[in-house]
Amino acid sequence: MPVKQITVFLENKCGRLASVARAIGDEGINIRAFSVADTTDFGILRLIVNDPDRAYEVLRSRQFTVRMTEVIAVQIPDHPGGLADVLALMKEAGINIEYLYAFVTKVSGDALAVFRVENIKEAEQLMIDKGIKVLSGEEVYAL
Amino acid sequence: MAHYWNEEIECMPREKLRVLQEERLRETVSRVYENVPFYRNAFDKIGLKPDDIKSLDDLKKLPFTNKDDLRDNYPYGLFAVPLSEVIRIHASSGTTGKPTVVGYTRQDIRSWAEVMARSLSCCGANKNSKIQNAYGYGLFTGGLGVHYGAELIGASVIPVSGGHSKRQIMLMKDFGSTILTCTPSYALHLSDVMKEMGVSKDELCLEGGLFGAEPWSLNLRNEIENRLGIIALDVYGLSEVIGPGVAVECPVKEGLHIWEDHFLAEIVDPETGEQLPAGSYGELVITTLTKEALPMIRYRTRDITRIIPEEGCSCGRTHMRIDRLQGRTDDMLVIRGVNVFPSQIEEVLFNISHTEPYYMIYVDRREQLDELEVWVEVSDEVFSDEIRKLESLEREIRKEIEVVLGINVKVKLVEPKSIERFEGKSKRVIDRRSL
Repeated sequence: MPVKQITVFLENKCGRLASVARAIGDEGINIRAFSVADTTDFGILRLIVNDPDRAYEVLRSRQFTVRMTEVIAVQIPDHPGGLADVLALMKEAGINIEYLYAFVTKVSGDALAVFRVENIKEAEQLMIDKGIKVLSGEEVYAL
Repeated sequence: MAHYWNEEIECMPREKLRVLQEERLRETVSRVYENVPFYRNAFDKIGLKPDDIKSLDDLKKLPFTNKDDLRDNYPYGLFAVPLSEVIRIHASSGTTGKPTVVGYTRQDIRSWAEVMARSLSCCGANKNSKIQNAYGYGLFTGGLGVHYGAELIGASVIPVSGGHSKRQIMLMKDFGSTILTCTPSYALHLSDVMKEMGVSKDELCLEGGLFGAEPWSLNLRNEIENRLGIIALDVYGLSEVIGPGVAVECPVKEGLHIWEDHFLAEIVDPETGEQLPAGSYGELVITTLTKEALPMIRYRTRDITRIIPEEGCSCGRTHMRIDRLQGRTDDMLVIRGVNVFPSQIEEVLFNISHTEPYYMIYVDRREQLDELEVWVEVSDEVFSDEIRKLESLEREIRKEIEVVLGINVKVKLVEPKSIERFEGKSKRVIDRRSL
């Protein structure tokens, strides 16, 4: 069920982000969503792509520091308070969110957000129980 | 006005000095042979008896002592007296995690105060002086070395220790300090802070400064002298030998007089260990002549200099002079007066990630203060998806290094394989300071 996310360590150096994007682009891999987290010294690029396994291999072979992380893709009703409602459910259940970011694409009129939480299984079950749609890896890669 | 602390010794005729040195050398050699198993073994191994050492010409027969020998005999193995006779212990950085430990008997502390009193007198200190001692107090020999010398002179010591620059300047102004002692880079930094605070040198009573514990250039001297309106002299020393006060510049500023009644100096070829004639640059080797707790036989200082061939100095002192230090034969760095070996950092990194990581050390001087930045490659093993884990790794590395080195450092995580690989001798340090 979880979605595979590619995480890349980026030194805070001109052109690093571009070279990651180029490396996977050259291999015909398409980016579905991404986020960049940065500190003064380094950044972390998180990517959802259509073929995570190959993206991982490609980046690794080009000497990037890459890690595969599991996240969940949650369909968020696209109206005011939509995200707040989902977050409230997680808070009530005591699920701690490490980070989240949004997809550009909409899915059947809803927004799509990527959540990284401590306990993925628990969070997934919670969403399903509460009638919130969670997308599988296959569904996300095929977007 | 040139004045001496101990004119009889400082201006002693060379022949008389030589007699004194030879007598003390023979005494030292037989004492280490009797009391220090390390030296006894070293002598026995080459079939040398203390009686073989009769004059200074025999010095070259003696084996060398290295910093590693201190490490191998950590902490007290090279002491020549029982610990009951030791009244002070200092330590400096070793080449690995363990410090280099040195000890002093009551008489050693007296000798040290004596050579420091002579050194301070060179920059004009007397019993009316107010000596602001901004060398760090503690295990580092700088602070207490100056302190005891200044007290012996009878000057008023202001034991402010290092740091708190604005307070230093306030005290300097309010207390009317006449002599400043610290590292040369800190002296320059203080002059910057003065400017920031709008304090001019005319508001201070400074007359002289004794600066050391790190190499500095003549340009830096001129700068300090102009900015502070003082005479700035170079003091040399190392804890293994005694601490500051092994050699000092006189106001003539043509080299540093080694206090030869206490320390015997030679210059050797760092590769072959052969003695080099006066005038040739090489490694300074020192044999202590009066040290009781930790006598040193032909200690390899790793400092590069030369003996100034011209005997006699217009200041009247007869003790031989060495040139200002030119560099090191090893990779030791001096950061804000603290000795740093890349191997210490390497060991910390090794212990943290359980693998031998690649790293680079960058040294810069910003605002006259040395900064040390360690670049560490992130391995796949330690790389995390979460920023806070990486940041805590950065913090952990920084803290561990700071514990070992005792100075603040910056740590920067960089991409794997981004640090150059070396075949053979690696270059792990980029020193971007312009001295």
